Amino acid sequence: MLILTCPCCGVAGEETEFAAGGEAHLKRFGPGSDDDQFHDYLFMKENPKGVHLERWRHANGCGKWFLAARNTVTMEVYGTYAAQTYEPPKEIKDKISAKVPGWSWREFS
Amino acid sequence: MRRYSAFAIAREAARYHQGWERAWRAPEPKKKYDVIIIGAGGHGLATAYYLGKNHGITNVAIIEKGWLGGGNTGRNTTIIRSNYLQDPSAAIYEKARSLYETMSQDLNYNVMFSPRGVIMLAQTEHEVRGYKRTAHANALQGVKTEFISPTRVKEIVPIINLDGPRYPVLGGLWQARGGTARHDAVAWGYARACSDMGMDVIQKCEVTGIRNEGGKVVGVTTTKGEIDCDKLGMVVAGHCGDLARMAGFRLPVESVPLQALVTEPIKPCMDCVVMANTVHGYMSQSDKGEMVIGGGTDGHNAFTQRGSFHHAEETVRALIETFPMVARLKMLRQWGGIVDVTGDRSPILSKTPVENIFINCGWGTGGFKAIPGSGFGFAELMATGHSPLTEAFNLDRFKEGRFIDESVAAGVAH
Repeated sequence: MLILTCPCCGVAGEETEFAAGGEAHLKRFGPGSDDDQFHDYLFMKENPKGVHLERWRHANGCGKWFLAARNTVTMEVYGTYAAQTYEPPKEIKDKISAKVPGWSWREFS
Repeated sequence: MRRYSAFAIAREAARYHQGWERAWRAPEPKKKYDVIIIGAGGHGLATAYYLGKNHGITNVAIIEKGWLGGGNTGRNTTIIRSNYLQDPSAAIYEKARSLYETMSQDLNYNVMFSPRGVIMLAQTEHEVRGYKRTAHANALQGVKTEFISPTRVKEIVPIINLDGPRYPVLGGLWQARGGTARHDAVAWGYARACSDMGMDVIQKCEVTGIRNEGGKVVGVTTTKGEIDCDKLGMVVAGHCGDLARMAGFRLPVESVPLQALVTEPIKPCMDCVVMANTVHGYMSQSDKGEMVIGGGTDGHNAFTQRGSFHHAEETVRALIETFPMVARLKMLRQWGGIVDVTGDRSPILSKTPVENIFINCGWGTGGFKAIPGSGFGFAELMATGHSPLTEAFNLDRFKEGRFIDESVAAGVAH
């Protein structure tokens, strides 16, 4: 079973405590953006076979949103971190690089 | 190809079954094909079959990284229905359902299509309204369905509990011509027919790269070497994102596990398919007697072919309320398949940004029922560049806002 640690309240819980919220670090496009940008923002989600950065909510816990780095093939969780960030903290990125050399994610890796 | 028949069984019985030939050849790849289909599942093989049958294109290779029909074709709950709300969906699924009716004769391979009827239970007032609307839409589309009362539901499915404490059965959408088929046989039958037409079904051959020149596909790189082609069809369900990346474009698809399970076999107790979308469960009884149960998808992307335990639990919990008699059954097997889900929960059958690459994906949680219709339309699209069946399912619809919004009609058990 997938076990995540909520960085907001520090509780480690099973998957049933959390609700998945899709891709993390999305750059939002709204009024003023062109059709392509809006289309990409709405539908062109990252769907990697490997490292996935994603949003989760501690739904049956503290109720707060946070982000997680997880492998979609091995289900390994590399770490969870605060939602108020533009990219994962360095230690999580290093941990991923050690396990999955050459991984990439949109504009950073 | 030697035809299968009652006479053939008698003939072979008289000579110790020594005369059966291999159902399909196991060739090494040639240097070049007119068309390469990636993915030897139901949709890929059906596409190849109709390329040969309807369009006379037989210089075709179907390449598969695992074994034939070993992906979602072998992992679904084999339900066939076409009671969809929107016209484009009803058209392609009804085409598929009608092709299933004659498939065994067409392929000379018994796919055990059993039009035993499909009920979709309405367990909330919203579902009652939704299914009545679908029944009216189906009448206009020429798909025979009807909205039936709880009493009639009980007549059709005696083991059902109509007065569940949480979700009483308020009616149902009944499609008498829906049913099930033997999923492996669908892949095997198509493979045999394709092989007979001279096509190469190449198993254990993984695509590792796609070669484009000047915005046009020229071939693929595989674990069995480079193979050239004029046209390329990608039919690989959950793994389509990977192939698209190799070809240099992106797809509006996310891959999630969907799981199913079967119970130990019991005597015949339910002779139709029941789907309960509000409570996320659907059930039918296989010819072996196992209750075949399908559940929901995981909330997060994954490629594990396993699925989260609590989704199986949720499904079973809901089903034992609706079917109290299954509560004491043991679970025999559980598995997951990687389904490719699009933004509007409808499939993509389309040309792509790379010339002569065609994509057939996004069937999400309901691809098996569509296999022959999907193959029929996709083959037409690949051969002629246009098909009325697939027109609405193109990639541009997301940009243009022309969604085929079926999730309201079909919910989880899509």
